[in-house]
Amino acid sequence: MSADTSPAIELWGASKTFRTPSGGLHTAVRDLDLTVGRGEFVAVVGPTGCGKSTTLTLVSGLEEPTEGEVLVAGEPVRGVGDKVGFVFQQDATFPWRTVLSNVMAGPRFRGVPKAEAKRKARDWLARVGLEAFEDRYPHQLSGGQRKRVALAATFVNDPEILLMDEPFSALDVQTRALMSDELLELWAGTHSSVVFVTHDLEESIALADKVVVMTAGPATVKEVFTIDLPRPRKVEAVRLEPRFIEIYREIWESLGEEVRITRERSAAHVA
Amino acid sequence: MSPELLSAPVAEAAKAPDRAHSRARAARRRKVLINVARALLLVGCLGLWEVLSRAKVIDPFNFSMPSQIWDQIYTWVTHGTALGSLGEQIWYTLYEALLGWVLGVVTGVVLGIALGRITLLADVLGPYIKVLNSIPRIVLAPIFVIWFGLGPASKVASAVVLVFFPVFFNAFQGAREVDRNLVSNARMLGASDRRVTLQVVIPSATSWIFTSLHVSFGFALIGAIVGEYIGATKGIGLLVAQSQGTFNAAGVYAAMVILAVVALLAEGLLTFAERRIFRWKPADSEH
Repeated sequence: MSADTSPAIELWGASKTFRTPSGGLHTAVRDLDLTVGRGEFVAVVGPTGCGKSTTLTLVSGLEEPTEGEVLVAGEPVRGVGDKVGFVFQQDATFPWRTVLSNVMAGPRFRGVPKAEAKRKARDWLARVGLEAFEDRYPHQLSGGQRKRVALAATFVNDPEILLMDEPFSALDVQTRALMSDELLELWAGTHSSVVFVTHDLEESIALADKVVVMTAGPATVKEVFTIDLPRPRKVEAVRLEPRFIEIYREIWESLGEEVRITRERSAAHVA
Repeated sequence: MSPELLSAPVAEAAKAPDRAHSRARAARRRKVLINVARALLLVGCLGLWEVLSRAKVIDPFNFSMPSQIWDQIYTWVTHGTALGSLGEQIWYTLYEALLGWVLGVVTGVVLGIALGRITLLADVLGPYIKVLNSIPRIVLAPIFVIWFGLGPASKVASAVVLVFFPVFFNAFQGAREVDRNLVSNARMLGASDRRVTLQVVIPSATSWIFTSLHVSFGFALIGAIVGEYIGATKGIGLLVAQSQGTFNAAGVYAAMVILAVVALLAEGLLTFAERRIFRWKPADSEH
């Protein structure tokens, strides 16, 4: 069957145009070609506001492309499927549910019996180190703990594809490094493919197998870099390796130009 | 060892709890002060009224006085009113208000959430709801008396129309302002549209809805009272109407006092229910 050999995610000439409130048209993504292999960790970097997140919503099925084709496991995306998990940038835990109930939400939505959902949820809570907090409400947790709940709630559904939209951008630097390591550990235990959107180049190199550099908006793929740093990696340690710095310099040459373009545009806009 | 050396650490240790102690005492003293001031204010106002009325500075027949109002309440409690026992009148009004409130809240919440979720429905019905809302609904009370007669049905109807709109608009707004992230997250986790409505939209709209419940119970009481005032066989509103008909100012005030007590008790119950339901909210956002 073709579905078994086809890449996890394919985008062919995908474009997305939004209608702005003032009636104009805004192209977020244009003519995007991208392939993510099975079990691959791909980081997407680009200047702020270039349309990286839109790429994820196209893959997730929350939005449809205006033009082009989006395939997940060889099948065209038609609405939200059950193969994909999404970790959002903002806090998306349900504030009226306890931690355990939050993690149970996914399986329950998909019709898993209560007892089994609870068992699975407890298992994932243990893996993110929150088993002692299952009766708490999200407002009683720290930002990092809430993010762990969000990770557990996504992983518990056992997604083949994991989409992450700047998931750690709201965390402080130390928590962020810790969460990155935890993410790598969790991911290593699954066979899922990851698309991780960030504007932090260091984060993307430390995590990914492949770094995709996007152009200034409307976003399209500029260049793809393969990261040959050995795994398992520790985010804080890998940053100091000479090879890391070499790769960083190489990618920044490509990304820096796009960042400069975006900056000049916004300066012109202000003036 | 000299006694000075021994006593020094003891004084040190005693200092910290001492400060906490004095702070607690200051807080207690402030509470007492506020309560005493409140009581004095009430006694002062009522006393002034009583004195002015007894001295005939203000007309005691028209304005009555606190002692007469108290006598009236006492008479109603011990000997019953002209319409029957006082408890029966209170129960009658409360029954109409509660029934109207429940009906108004249920229809308001259901329609509000439905219109908030289904844009087509909101677009079609929107202008009509605005028109209905702009009618001063209290003038419908006489029509309801004509339609439904002197029994409780007409009072329930006027309570319903008063309760419905604030609840409806709040539920509608609550359903509209649901965090889009939460909806997206629920959909990604596998929730169907129905589940999104039941498990995301309704829970996040509850704080909006509860805000309107406080206001709307007062409206339900108004609806019932006005309905009774216009035409009824029982109820506190009728008590007001009768007292007015016999120029019994004390009777009107007494009915007001009874109503205020009833409304405060209902409000207390509602706040209690709210605390139970909103345990998931951070404590500082509660009022």
